[in-house]
Amino acid sequence: MIPAEFDYVAPDSLDAALRALAHGGEDAKALAGGHSLLPLMKMRLAVPTLLVDLRHVPGLRGAQRENGSWRIGALTRHADLQGRAELGIVGEATSLIADQQVRNRGTIGGSLAHGDPASDLPTILVAMEGTVSVRNSAASREIAAGDLFQDYMTTAIAADELITEVRVPALEDWGHAYEKFTRRAEDWAMVGVCALVRKGADGSCEDVRVAFTNMASTPIRATAVEHALRGQPLSSDAITGAAEQAAEGTDPPGDLNATPEYKRHLARVLTRRALSRAAGV
Amino acid sequence: MSSNVPVRLSVNGRVHELDVEPRLLLVHLLRDRLGLTGSHVGCDTTSCGACTVHVDGEAVKSCTVLAVQADGTKVTTIEGLAQGDQLHPLQEAFWEDHGLQCGYCTPGMIMAAADLLARNPDPTEEEIRHGLEGNLCRCTGYHNIVRAVSDAAKHPHAGRIPHPGPTPEGAAIGLELAREGLGA
Amino acid sequence: MTAVDSRAQGGFVGRPMKRKEDPRLITGRATYVDDIQPVGTLWMAFVRSPEAHARVTSIDTSAALAREDVVAVFTGDDLEGIAAPLPCAWVPPGVEVNAPEHWPLAKGHVAHVGDPVALVIGVDRYSVVDAAEDVVVEYEPLPVVVDPEEALKDEVLVHPGLGSNKVHEWSLGGGDLDAGFAAADVVIERRIVNHRVAGGAIEPRAVLAEERAGHITIWSSTQVPHFLRLFLSILLGLSEERIRVIAPEVGGGFGSKLQIYGEEILCAWAAQRVGRPVKWVETRSEAMMVTHHGRDQIATVRVGAKRDGTVTAFHAKILADFGAYLMLLTPAVPALGAFVMSGCYRFPAVQTDIVGVLTNKFSTDAIRGAGRPEATHMIEVAMDQLAHELGLDPLDVRRRNFIAADDFPHETALGIVYDSGNYQASLAKLLEHLDVAAFRAEQERLRGEGIHRGLGFSTYTEICGLAPSRVVGPGGFGLQTGLWESALVRVHLTGAVTVYTGTSPHGQGHETGFAQIVADRLGCDPEQVEVVHGDTAAGPQGLGTYGSRSLAVGGEAVAKATAKVVEKGKALVAHKLEASPDDIEVRDGRWIVRGSPEQGMTLAEVAGSAYIPEDIPEGMEPGLEETAFYDPNNFVFPFGAHAAIVDVDAETGKVKVVRYLAVDDCGPAINPLLIDGQVHGGIVHSIGQALYEQVIYDEIGQLVTGTFVDYALPTAAEIPSIETDRTETPSPVNSLGVKGIGEAGTIAASAAVANAVIDALRPLGVDYMDMPFTPMRVWNAIQEGQQ
Repeated sequence: MIPAEFDYVAPDSLDAALRALAHGGEDAKALAGGHSLLPLMKMRLAVPTLLVDLRHVPGLRGAQRENGSWRIGALTRHADLQGRAELGIVGEATSLIADQQVRNRGTIGGSLAHGDPASDLPTILVAMEGTVSVRNSAASREIAAGDLFQDYMTTAIAADELITEVRVPALEDWGHAYEKFTRRAEDWAMVGVCALVRKGADGSCEDVRVAFTNMASTPIRATAVEHALRGQPLSSDAITGAAEQAAEGTDPPGDLNATPEYKRHLARVLTRRALSRAAGV
Repeated sequence: MSSNVPVRLSVNGRVHELDVEPRLLLVHLLRDRLGLTGSHVGCDTTSCGACTVHVDGEAVKSCTVLAVQADGTKVTTIEGLAQGDQLHPLQEAFWEDHGLQCGYCTPGMIMAAADLLARNPDPTEEEIRHGLEGNLCRCTGYHNIVRAVSDAAKHPHAGRIPHPGPTPEGAAIGLELAREGLGA
Repeated sequence: MTAVDSRAQGGFVGRPMKRKEDPRLITGRATYVDDIQPVGTLWMAFVRSPEAHARVTSIDTSAALAREDVVAVFTGDDLEGIAAPLPCAWVPPGVEVNAPEHWPLAKGHVAHVGDPVALVIGVDRYSVVDAAEDVVVEYEPLPVVVDPEEALKDEVLVHPGLGSNKVHEWSLGGGDLDAGFAAADVVIERRIVNHRVAGGAIEPRAVLAEERAGHITIWSSTQVPHFLRLFLSILLGLSEERIRVIAPEVGGGFGSKLQIYGEEILCAWAAQRVGRPVKWVETRSEAMMVTHHGRDQIATVRVGAKRDGTVTAFHAKILADFGAYLMLLTPAVPALGAFVMSGCYRFPAVQTDIVGVLTNKFSTDAIRGAGRPEATHMIEVAMDQLAHELGLDPLDVRRRNFIAADDFPHETALGIVYDSGNYQASLAKLLEHLDVAAFRAEQERLRGEGIHRGLGFSTYTEICGLAPSRVVGPGGFGLQTGLWESALVRVHLTGAVTVYTGTSPHGQGHETGFAQIVADRLGCDPEQVEVVHGDTAAGPQGLGTYGSRSLAVGGEAVAKATAKVVEKGKALVAHKLEASPDDIEVRDGRWIVRGSPEQGMTLAEVAGSAYIPEDIPEGMEPGLEETAFYDPNNFVFPFGAHAAIVDVDAETGKVKVVRYLAVDDCGPAINPLLIDGQVHGGIVHSIGQALYEQVIYDEIGQLVTGTFVDYALPTAAEIPSIETDRTETPSPVNSLGVKGIGEAGTIAASAAVANAVIDALRPLGVDYMDMPFTPMRVWNAIQEGQQ
């Protein structure tokens, strides 16, 4: 399968890229690693008329620690992050994305901008309550994770805007786990559950975040689970009880591999497992 | 509609300058323009990995990389893995262990395995199996592929991928000289 | 496990030699069809129906034709010059077959998604895809039927002109079925669904055709170049000697390239029309739609047995979903399974009743195993179900019914004669590697930890080495062909050897295995033996590679042709050395006089004497090459015992194979390395079907699993290492004693996995469920089981 024709530019600065995007209008697309966009273009499910390739844009790759946060450049590849213990859940989740070849090309900014609810990183960002910095040729702004994902493959990022940076709290004293349920290792998540747990000195759950992949048209927080567990002892009973709330408020799309009912069931099971692992129970 | 874009890249140590359609996939540049037909296409969804090559030392699925994205990079394909008659340890091991049958997935499988061994020189069986999850094989049941990668890992240079020759940037100087009639 | 020691004393046969094929494959120097690009090649792309069933009311090609990069556009109205529809080669005597016409381009009516309605020829790989999108087709949708049981009601007709969706009825039985069931203490009945799968060769199909001065050359990724030439001749009305078909490197087949495809015919036809080479390379999305599928049978299996487990009657009624058209072997596939519906058992009465039905899906045909995986799945799952019903050990029930080791050749109730076997021995060998009692203790312990582990067995025999022509040919089973094989062995003047085989490998390693056979007999090194295949212009007529036939039929033809060379060579050596031909033997690379090893010649010296014939026996022709054709007098029947151990995550339904053991018997090994490779691949193919793969159409006939994202071939990460071992029971059918091994793993494994999953699930209230054991299906079964 072959992409339809398009025009192509590869500007050598962020400003030039933003100008090109603005000039290209609604049918212009930014190209980073291309591993979300090019597969759609090959199937002709996406037919942009202009690609603005960001490969010459400097300074957007790499992860830096700053004041309790990680600042991760939008063009940072999954492979740059995979398996890095100091990055916590980001290191864990990026190592589970697709396969090594995809991780070598795919970027964190591209994945977030694509806004696929079956992708892993949007869920991680939502769980971590991170933010993305976006810019157009006139201004820049921050978008909180909770506001970023609006609908299926629809984000708050305007057509003339680019993500430049992803900022997530380091959450160093939090336990973390991402339970990704797939048929095959390289597949998209049938359901994914990200759990972050901060254990208090008394062993109770001081704070907790749980977010789901592929349980709605966007990544979503499992607020009922969090509410049920926060302040409770981190016992396996408490975790099991809280995980029972996992399906509350979800509206998962059914697909080839899973009906909504089955996905809700998986969410409960995986939430329990993720919380247990994150809490070290 | 779209105008062609100049691309300069080093493939297996040789620098090429071409004008390409922006939509040209790297795998088709390699196959149709450079005649390097060792990289294969087995799917249209970035699933099978038969087209795996290395771009700047990392394995990528060349069906999901535009040729223009490879501008300025060093590409290594299966054709560039052996050094003259000296097979790469992975090639030796695939041969020795019967790690291939029809051979169609094999170039991509070997290039993916090279990336794996570069990251993890001493992988467990489990790590090998996960490291190859982006490559499909229908013939071997993976058994002998895993064995081959494991055997190749015993070789001290198994994770080393040759990038012979100049960078495209370095070569550009030579090309300019050649154009001005100062080259050999 | 280590394989049995081969008999490699001095010879090459039996040695695990690494392959002669591999250097070109591991360096990227092999030549597949898409790697060939004659000067001036044009590209072909298809406009395919998005509707599962429709009348084509109009096709507007003007926009495509107006493009500068388009050379021609053709539709079904342009097909004058194609003399006949695509072939179905099975015409069973005495059976009425209701077959729709199948044209390579639809003539006003499409019957499945992907049915081609137009083809576009353009100047390059990319623009021809754009041009195909510019062809505007209007469809008038017709009602769709995708469920074969619904289709049988004839409320919606796949081909309205045919009057019925039912294709045929065909039965094969032996023994007194009624008496068998009457004598039974217990009768079990199971509905066993063997779902639709794809072949999944990683190289999609590809065809290139070039005509020059009335001669046409076709490169195709096919398993059957000679058949393709024959049908090109018939369909294009071109004399056969003017057609050359080449199957270059072929990137896997698994039955999916044992076919005469419309695209092959059209590529040749179009090359004639436009006067330039024309190439078509299938995309994976096309492959999922229009490269033939396999299986898709719904069986009702009844087994009658005594309380001790002795089976008295076995009856399988099969509804086979053929899809929209009958292709080369479509209706013959379930029938092939019927030949081995006795399995490795002494069933006194066996019957298979087959009904074929059309649906608005793509055609089914032979996929690795072709009818035999389905039959074995039925038998082996039913044996476990029977054992459970009777409260007996499933292995005891198998042993009670095994054909005795001293009862070969064995004629089954069906009248099929099994050549050789020792089922007790292969099972015993399997159990040397697997401690069942220890497993049961472990299983019990793990259940306490919430892990549901299961063990399943499959003891199988299959029928292969296709095939004795008198049995399968027009007057017998009804295939419109013989199924012999050919070989030409040419010793060159220097002693180098070229072997031409009519088989057409696509990964099996013939170039190595056949060279080992020849080298031993001619006293040379396999390195000096080149095996040429897949080219109708090189070597004698042949029939191709499928049905695990290449070694047992093609290899035997090679052995026979080599024997003729040896016979002539011996006469020549005897003449030169003044000895009797009976005293000449080939030993340690020399042709010597028995008892006088100092007197001898090398193969090069023998060949030199034959090609410079100054001094050869009176009446002997010069030269040293021979051809042999071999038609086997029986099939061969490989067999074995497999075991699968699976873990079921009862909370999620996810199944993982954690251990797989296989003991197979394909007769004496020619090359154990190649055997193991075939077994590994075959097993994983079948695990794929059992756990991951299914071709799914929705209720309006849209293909849901249209890519490798949705059609889930297992990756390395899903599969354990496979533990293999062998027994070696020679076949009396051929001089090599060999049987086939290409399909054995696939035939055996799905039942072992199914029995293991059910073993794991029994404590959860699940006594039976069908493949595929996908997480949701297993979880659903557990929910139902616990109600």
